[in-house]
Amino acid sequence: MERNNGMNRRKFSTALAAGGALTALAPFGIARAQGGKLKVGVLLPRSGFEALIGQSCQKGVDLAPEVIKSMLGVDIEIINADTESNVNTARTRAERLIEEGAHVLVGAFDSGQTVAIAQVAEQRGVPLVVNIAAAPQITEQGYKFVFRNFPTAGELVKNGLSLIGDLFQATSIVPRTAVYMHVNDTFGQAMTGGIKAILPRLTQLPFKIVDTIPYDPAARDLSVEVSKAKATNADFLLLVCRLNDSIVLRREMVKQRWRPMGLIDPGSPGIYEEQFSKSLGKYADYCIDNAPWFNPKAELTHVVEAAFKKHNPKEHFVFHGTNVGYTFEAILIAADAFKRAGSTNPKALADAIRATDIKERVMLGGPIKFNAKGQVEGNQSACVQILNGTPKVVLPSFAAEAKPVFPWPEYKSA
Amino acid sequence: MSRDARIGALLAVLAAALIALPLAANSYLLSVATLVLYFAYTGQAWNVMMGFAGQLSLGHALYVGLGAYAAAALFTQFGIGPWAGMWLAMALCVAAGVAIGFLAFRFGISGVYFALLTIAFAEFTRIGFDHIGWLGGPGGLFLKVEAHKTADLANLRGGQTMFYYVMLALASGAFALCAGLLKSRAGYYWRAIREDEEAARALGINTFRWKLLAVAISAAMTSLAGVFFAFYYNNLFPEQIFHISQSIEIILGPIVGGVGTLFGPILGAAMLTTLADALNNLVAAMGWDIPGVKQVFYGVILLLVVMFVPNGIWPPIAKWLGLGRGS
Amino acid sequence: MSASLIANVVIAGVLTGLVYGLMALGLSVIFGVVRVVNFAHGEMMTIAMYAAVLLFGAFKLDPLLAALPVAALFFGLGYALQAGLINPFITRPEHSQFILLVAVATILTNVLLMVFGPDARNVQTDYMLDSWAIGQVLFDKARVFSALAALATAAGLFAFFRYSRTGTAIRACADSHLGALIVGLNVKHLYALTFGLGAACVAVAGCMMTLLVEVTPSVGPGYTLLGFVIVIVGGLGSMPGALLGGVLIGVSEALAGLFIDPSAKSMFSFGLLILVLLLRPQGLLGRRP
Repeated sequence: MERNNGMNRRKFSTALAAGGALTALAPFGIARAQGGKLKVGVLLPRSGFEALIGQSCQKGVDLAPEVIKSMLGVDIEIINADTESNVNTARTRAERLIEEGAHVLVGAFDSGQTVAIAQVAEQRGVPLVVNIAAAPQITEQGYKFVFRNFPTAGELVKNGLSLIGDLFQATSIVPRTAVYMHVNDTFGQAMTGGIKAILPRLTQLPFKIVDTIPYDPAARDLSVEVSKAKATNADFLLLVCRLNDSIVLRREMVKQRWRPMGLIDPGSPGIYEEQFSKSLGKYADYCIDNAPWFNPKAELTHVVEAAFKKHNPKEHFVFHGTNVGYTFEAILIAADAFKRAGSTNPKALADAIRATDIKERVMLGGPIKFNAKGQVEGNQSACVQILNGTPKVVLPSFAAEAKPVFPWPEYKSA
Repeated sequence: MSRDARIGALLAVLAAALIALPLAANSYLLSVATLVLYFAYTGQAWNVMMGFAGQLSLGHALYVGLGAYAAAALFTQFGIGPWAGMWLAMALCVAAGVAIGFLAFRFGISGVYFALLTIAFAEFTRIGFDHIGWLGGPGGLFLKVEAHKTADLANLRGGQTMFYYVMLALASGAFALCAGLLKSRAGYYWRAIREDEEAARALGINTFRWKLLAVAISAAMTSLAGVFFAFYYNNLFPEQIFHISQSIEIILGPIVGGVGTLFGPILGAAMLTTLADALNNLVAAMGWDIPGVKQVFYGVILLLVVMFVPNGIWPPIAKWLGLGRGS
Repeated sequence: MSASLIANVVIAGVLTGLVYGLMALGLSVIFGVVRVVNFAHGEMMTIAMYAAVLLFGAFKLDPLLAALPVAALFFGLGYALQAGLINPFITRPEHSQFILLVAVATILTNVLLMVFGPDARNVQTDYMLDSWAIGQVLFDKARVFSALAALATAAGLFAFFRYSRTGTAIRACADSHLGALIVGLNVKHLYALTFGLGAACVAVAGCMMTLLVEVTPSVGPGYTLLGFVIVIVGGLGSMPGALLGGVLIGVSEALAGLFIDPSAKSMFSFGLLILVLLLRPQGLLGRRP
C-alpha cells in the first residue's frame, strides 16, 4: 500500500514509513496451528450500541474452552474480535481472523453484520456457525459454509404465539382483546408479519388485537404510546420491545395507572434481562416473555452454569442464559465437528458440521441437527415469567420451575 | 524536475502499486484497502461540495442511502443489475441534492444552518425509510447472494479482488474528475465563491447556479458509493445507512487530509482507515481486551490532528515532497 | 379519542418538553454567545446523568438535590474545556469545530463505556412512579418536579443575564465580538464563563433526566440532535426560546404520536426543523442573525 513515492532519497524514507504501516497491519504473534488445536474466531459487538448483548454473549465464549475440554477432550483456542456494532468493521475483522488462522468463525448477533461475515466465510471457504441472529435470509442464500443454531424470525414468532395459547390453557383464562405494541425494529416487524399470518390460524388464540402501536426504538418518552394503549381498554398487553424501552414503558404503565391482565412478550429480549428487574423492582414481577431459553433441568446447563459462576462470581446466570447458552453451543458445534473430522481443514470441518447430531444441549429444543440449508430446526422457546425479581420458566411443564401467574395480582376487573 | 512531472511520476507509481496490490496482498489487506478506497471516494465526492464550493454538508449519508436503496430495489424487485441501476441512483440523488440546495440557497441558508439542514434531511429520510415496508423497513433489505467461482462483473457478484478493482476504478475516476473540475471554469468560480461569495457575485458570477452544480455533482458521485455498498455488503438497514455516524465517517477523511485539495481526501482516508485497523491489532496484541479502548485512542489521535494540523496533513506533506502548496 | 387522553398526552408533552428545553438552553447559550456548535452536548449530559446515578448509589442523594453539586462541577469543567481546548477553534471554520467536538464526543462516550460498561443505569427514588390525579388527568410526579427545576434554572439564568454586570457583558460579547474587545472586556474569560454556564444547565437537565430514563454510554448523540432541533426552532440565543422550543417539540411530537404514527413522531420534529430553517431561520423568538 505504497502511498507517497517521491524522488530518490525520499522514496527510501517513505518506503520505510510504508513498511512500518504494513507491519502494523500484519498479523501479530502468529502461532501457526499445530495439529491438535482448533482455532475459533469469535465476532461479537462488544462496543457500540449493541455492546450489552455482545458482552453477554462473550461470557459464553470465555467459559467454553474449559467446559469443552472436559466434555470432549478437545483443545480450543479462541481469537476474539469486536465488530463494534458496525458492518465495515465486521467484514474486515472477519477477514483478519481468517488471516490469523481461524479454522472456524462464530458470531455475530446482529443480522446485518452476520450477513457481511457470512459472505466472507463463504468466499474463503471457512465455516461460520451463527450463535444468534434471526433474519431468515442468512440461511436462504444457498451457502455451503454457513450454519445457524438459532430460530429464524418466523420460528420465533410461531413459538412465541403458541406458548401464549399454552399459557391461557394452563391458567384457564381467556382474554378477549389485546393491544399490540411493538418497537419498530427487525424483530418488531417480523412479529407483526407473523401475527398477521399466524394468529388467525392458531385456534387456541381467540383474542382479537384491537390496536397496533409501533414506537421508535430510540424514543425517550413513551407516554403517548402508553396513553393510547390504555385508552383501548384491552384485556392484556402484547409487547415486542428491547431492554431500554421495556423499562420506560413499564414505568409509564405504573405512572398512568394502567393495570391490564398482564404483559406478554412473544419473544423479544428485554424483559428477561437483569436491568429490567433491577430497575423496576416489584413492578417487574409477573411480566412474561416467551423467549428462546435454556433448559433449567438439563445436565449440560448445570455444567455451563457452574463454569459461568466461576468466571463471573457477581453475575446471575439466569439473566445471561440465552446469550451464553447459544454462544456456547455454537463453539460446541465447532469443537464436536473438529473431534469427528480429526482435522482443521475447513472443508472437512464444514462437512463434519453438516453431519452434527448433538443431543445433550443447554438450550431448549430438539437435537442440534442441520437441515440442507444449514439451519437447525426445532429450537424452542419457553414461557418465562419474572417471579420475585428472577425470570423463571413456567412453561413447557417438563422444564418448568414454577407455576404461571395470569392474570397478575394487580389486575382489577372493571 | 518540474512540479508537474513530479506529480505525474508520483501518480504513476501510485497507480502501478494499487493495480498490482492484489498480487501481493492477502484477502484481509485487500478488504482494508477496499475500505480505504471507499472512504477516499466518498471523501472526494463530499469535498466537491465543501472544499470546492464551501458548503458544509453533514448529511451526506442521505445520498449513500438513496443510491444504495435505488440500486438494491431495482435488483431485488426487477432483477436489474447495478450498471443500469446506478443511473436511477444518480438521478434520484441529484434530484434530492438539487432540492435541498435549491431550498437552502434560495432562502439564504448557509454555514452552520445549512449543515443542520442537511442533518435534518438525512434524519427525516432515515425514519421515513424505516416505514417503507416494501423496501424492507427496519428489518432491512437483503440482496440475494450466490457463491460465484468467477467474478460476475455485470451483477457485481464476486470475491474481494473484484470489489477492490471496482472501488479502485471509482476512486481513480473521482480523482480524475476532480482534477479536471478544479482546472475548469467551474473550479475557478467555485474557488471564488468559497473565498468570498459576495465578491464573487459582485463580479457577475451566478453563485446560485454554480453552488447548485457542486451539490449535484457531489450527490451523484456519492450515490455510486451507495450502489457499491449495497452490492458489497448485500444488506441495507435504514438505521445504519442513513445514520449520522455514516455522514461523520465520510467527512473525517477529507478534513483530516485537507479540505479542498485533491490528494487530501485520499490521504486522510488512507491514514484513518489504516489507523483504525492498526489500533485494533495493536490493542489485541497488547492484550487490552477492553471494549472501547480502541475508539478512545482513535478519538485522541483525531483530536490531535485537528488541533495541530488544522489544514489537514496533505499540505505539509506536499511541501515536504516539493510539490508546492499542495493541491 | 377522548378529551382526557388528549389532555394527558399534551400535559406529558409540556412537562417533558420543559426538561428538553433546559438541555437545549445550555446549547443555545453556548451557541448564541461563543458561536461554537457543541456537538458533544449530548455526551456532556450523559456524563451528568452518570454523575447523578453515582451520587444516588453512594449517598442516596435525590437527583433534584444532586443537581446542585453536579452543576457546580460542570461549570468548572465547561470553563476549562472552553478556555483550554475550544478557544482557539472559535475562529476556525465550522468543519474543524465540528470534528474537534466529534472527537471529544467519541472519547467521552468510549471512556464511559470502559468505565461503566454497557449496562443501563438509573436511580430509583420513592416518588418516581407516583402520579397525582385530577379527575381523569394524571400528572406524574417525576415529570412535574423536573419541569419545575427546569423553570427555576431557566429563570435563574435569565435573571443573571438580564440583571448582572457579568451577564450584560456576556450579552455584549454576543452582540459584537469586536465591540466587546474595544470596550476592554476580557472576552476569553467571558466565553469560558458562558460555556461553563451552558454546561451547568446541561448538568441540571441530566440530573432531571435520570428520573425519567435510563442512562447508557450511547444515549448522547440522540440528545445532541434533539438539542439542535429545539434551539433552531425556538430561536438561537434566546433563553425563553429554548424553553418554548422544547415545549413545542414535546407537544408536537406527542400529538403527532397520538394522531398519526408514534414510531414516526421524530420525523415530525425534523420536518419542523426543516420548515423553520427555511422560512424563519431565527426561530420563534430569536433575533435575525
